[in-house]
Amino acid sequence: MNSIEVKKGIYWVGSVDWNVRDFHGYTTSRGSSYNAYLIVDEKIALIDSVKHGFRQDMLAKIAEHVDPSKIDYVISNHTEPDHSGELLAVMQQAPQSQLIASAKGEKGLRQYYPGDYPCRVVKTGDTLNLGRYELSFINTPMLHWPDSMFTYLASEKLLFSMDAFGQHLASNQRFDVDVDFDILMHEAKTYYANIIMHLGSIVAKTLKAASELAIETVCPSHGVIWTKHLPDIISRYQDWCAFKPAGKVLVIYDSMWHSTEMMAEQIVAGATEEGVQAQLIRLPNHDLTNVVTEILDADAVVVGSPTLNNGMMPTVAAFLTYIKGLKPAKKIGFAFGSHGWSGGGAAQVGQEMEATGIEIVREPIVCQYRPDQAVLDQCLSAGKELAQHAKSC
Amino acid sequence: MKYRCLLCGYIYDPEVGDPDNDIDPGTAFEDLPDDWECPECGAGKDEFEPVED
Repeated sequence: MNSIEVKKGIYWVGSVDWNVRDFHGYTTSRGSSYNAYLIVDEKIALIDSVKHGFRQDMLAKIAEHVDPSKIDYVISNHTEPDHSGELLAVMQQAPQSQLIASAKGEKGLRQYYPGDYPCRVVKTGDTLNLGRYELSFINTPMLHWPDSMFTYLASEKLLFSMDAFGQHLASNQRFDVDVDFDILMHEAKTYYANIIMHLGSIVAKTLKAASELAIETVCPSHGVIWTKHLPDIISRYQDWCAFKPAGKVLVIYDSMWHSTEMMAEQIVAGATEEGVQAQLIRLPNHDLTNVVTEILDADAVVVGSPTLNNGMMPTVAAFLTYIKGLKPAKKIGFAFGSHGWSGGGAAQVGQEMEATGIEIVREPIVCQYRPDQAVLDQCLSAGKELAQHAKSC
Repeated sequence: MKYRCLLCGYIYDPEVGDPDNDIDPGTAFEDLPDDWECPECGAGKDEFEPVED
């Protein structure tokens, strides 16, 4: 693949990672891309780089337009190694180049990549004149690392948004209009849910600040560039950071000998009788990346586990640990599960669910060995109550 | 009382203060300037919650 012109003198020089499927635990079902951008002006700037291993790919794309040794500025919008992995390699090729980063960015980059290279620390409002183009910088701390910043090109109404509005989506196309809209939005939602769900308050503030800028094009660090569908993704981000519910119930569980599964099925049956979307999700068969994407806009999340060695099953514990950090808001739920003798699994699930921020609306529903009709009726009734809540939101 | 940043997990300990940002030890969270920011991540005071001892 060659470089692609975004605007006059501005090129995508990143790499498409077609076959990556495990991105620090995030299942990237459609691969990803690491987007670096080259600006060829009187001065030459590179915005972000690529993951380690894609150096030659990026340098070859840069070389289509300019000798990489001529780069004057290497701008790091985000310290994470999938974007910074080859910054040092570029600076070694262009010894006169200067790194541009936020204060937290410089600190992190010098720890990842020790070396005696010049760095200019920038903050919101600072500018960098390249000749025809003048870039400005906007700190966006914790969106999604402390170092994060946007680079803005006002004259072109162009925002380099690093991970914000990103998608793990490998494609030979670079613009939103050239890929399937529904797949694009699904991958953007998956990215939001798994990377920044817990930072909704910061997202809301940043969207408000960004609304004061004239923006027609957003170049993220992963996936395709937003042009025609920019209003769509901004609208979705507004919904997601507000946890706008989609009217659905999720029943998430694991089971050993089908008893907890029978309870889960009855909860789904109850929600179904009320005419509300409900999903049955047995954890080992689903990867957490997709489960979390469903949680983002769920109204109710109930979690079941049998008791194994006096506690919950490790699959359920791993799931709850993951969502605890992502802090899903505006959801109700409860725990359920079967046990053989002393029990404890469902109660432990309930405690952990509460720590995630899910509003617990009832004591755990439990049964011994097999759920009898009374327990199954209880599950059915509980499923109906969750559905009624979903309909009322 | 200590306060935790909800975004990054940093804990403001009034006994330590935030000397890098000219906040002396002994400064209660409530007495921090309104424009004080989390030294780890830049979050505002409204992103902090008290930590139960």
